[in-house]
Amino acid sequence: MESNLKGRSWKFGDDISTDLIAPGRLFHLRTNLPELAKHVLEDADPKFPSKVQKGDFVVGGSNFGLGSSREHAPTIIKIAGVGAVLAKSFARIFYRNGINVGLPLLICDTDLIDEGDELEVDLSAGTINDVTKGIELTFAPLPDVMIKILQDGGLAAHIEKHGDFNLD
Amino acid sequence: MGKTIAEKIIGEHAGKEVSAGEIVIAKVDVTAVQDGTGPLAVQQLEKIGLVQAKNPERTVLFIDHAAPSPHKDLSNAHQILRGFSKETGAILSEVGEGVCHQRLVESYVNPGDILIGADSHTCTSGALGAFSTGMGSTDVAIGIALGKTWLRVPETFKIEVTGKFKKGVYSKDLILYLIGEIGADGATYKALEFTGDTIENMTMSERFTLSNMAVEAGAKTGLIESDETTRQYLEQQGRGDKFRPIKADEDADYDLVIEINAADIEPMISAPHTVDNTKTTGELKGTKVDQVFIGTCTNGRLDDLEIAAGILEGKQKHPDIRLIVTPASKDVYLQAVEAGYIATFIKAGAAVMAPGCGACVGVHQGILGDGEVCLATQNRNFKGRMGNTEGFIYLASPATAAASAIAGEIVDPREVL
Ligand code: SF4
Repeated sequence: MESNLKGRSWKFGDDISTDLIAPGRLFHLRTNLPELAKHVLEDADPKFPSKVQKGDFVVGGSNFGLGSSREHAPTIIKIAGVGAVLAKSFARIFYRNGINVGLPLLICDTDLIDEGDELEVDLSAGTINDVTKGIELTFAPLPDVMIKILQDGGLAAHIEKHGDFNLD
Repeated sequence: MGKTIAEKIIGEHAGKEVSAGEIVIAKVDVTAVQDGTGPLAVQQLEKIGLVQAKNPERTVLFIDHAAPSPHKDLSNAHQILRGFSKETGAILSEVGEGVCHQRLVESYVNPGDILIGADSHTCTSGALGAFSTGMGSTDVAIGIALGKTWLRVPETFKIEVTGKFKKGVYSKDLILYLIGEIGADGATYKALEFTGDTIENMTMSERFTLSNMAVEAGAKTGLIESDETTRQYLEQQGRGDKFRPIKADEDADYDLVIEINAADIEPMISAPHTVDNTKTTGELKGTKVDQVFIGTCTNGRLDDLEIAAGILEGKQKHPDIRLIVTPASKDVYLQAVEAGYIATFIKAGAAVMAPGCGACVGVHQGILGDGEVCLATQNRNFKGRMGNTEGFIYLASPATAAASAIAGEIVDPREVL
């Protein structure tokens, strides 16, 4: 996994649910993730799926990803090319799922970031540089087990590589 | 230092003493997926060449979210689960058998078990004194294949409820009230333990409603110690021998203790679009409703249907609304038929659906039109939840739902009880 990420910010509010990320009305697309990804977050911001560019960041408020356990939600954010999701806090299942599918999720004070800001993220240093604003933010490091899973490319890849959990 | 229920159960499954905050690898007893999350779980196992179930007799694949299938792509997704069942011996719960969480408590989960399920309301089984939690498809896929998972032992919030409910107030009102108090992320990463004489006096069904909604406060699970009521429930389900007393130590360490006096609670409603946006029914009285939905893993059990049928008996739904009733499982449906509740619903003008998730998840059987309002007994009212971001969902107890179905607008159930 690349440790340095660069892109623009897409700003969302608090309580962005998995229903807004991967809507139930598109349930039939769950076995066709590239197609589902064309609708990612459109119920929260209709222009997002067509305008998002590779490497951009999704920047939410608190409790990002609350709701269902659908792993499709972080998966299609990743398929859409998003480099990382930044939020003040994440719902538990979404957080775990994001790491399992290899999507970095960073907890920081997102109030300081606006829509369209240019951001540079250094995953190993734990810093976010808002180039537009000229400010640097830090994010809390991930728990060690999650770093191991993320480094292997997600949970399935981790198990494939080690044949079992290898988290110690 | 004593242990919470979560610490005890996870410790047993990790083979060592554990405390909140530790990360462990734990054995899992029961694993479950549903038709929205299961196909991806199977595909993940196929991708890494691990198509196997460690404990097939306690691995359950549920076809409940889109059952019967309303779309060919979903029919094909169902085939993936049927194929996996054939290949591994995992149990398939077919169209018409019911919602996963209801089927899990009826037939599969026992006190002291760990259950991981690829559905956020897997926390429902916590009411049996089992550590049950929702995870994503890949986590559960690995749990199915290897019979274990990694867990962070959660801190616990103790929710102590004492006293008697007023007339017209139910466990649904209690859990909506609690979520309103602590917020939709008030218990993120925590376990909830519900205790106190109000909980002790509840039936299992009422307890399932509480545990079911623990995740709506962000919690990992909603635990209740197993007692005589649990034992009788298991006996009635043919698993009396699986009873074990599970309870926290007196001196267990809690992050927070919340005390609630049951008598203070009014009939409650969560207004759009978050579950913690709670109001009393009195505050919302007169809100016009287009659809009333009674069912789901939260409130689609026999006692819920009994309460609703009691109110609708000999009455008609308001002509301007649709009333949809979906029993949570085949057993519930059959018992409701035998008790005459289903006839009452049909005579009152309801559309009665086959057991399953029905309208809850916005796939079929009750998608809202633009600007429409639904009063539902389910657990979630997020924007877009019932298939349309232009819809408005209010959450309430079966009594409030049934009374409002007659009035065509939100009313306090005490007006008709
Ligand atoms: S009834 Fe609703 S909340 Fe329960 S499992 Fe089905 S979709 Fe989820």
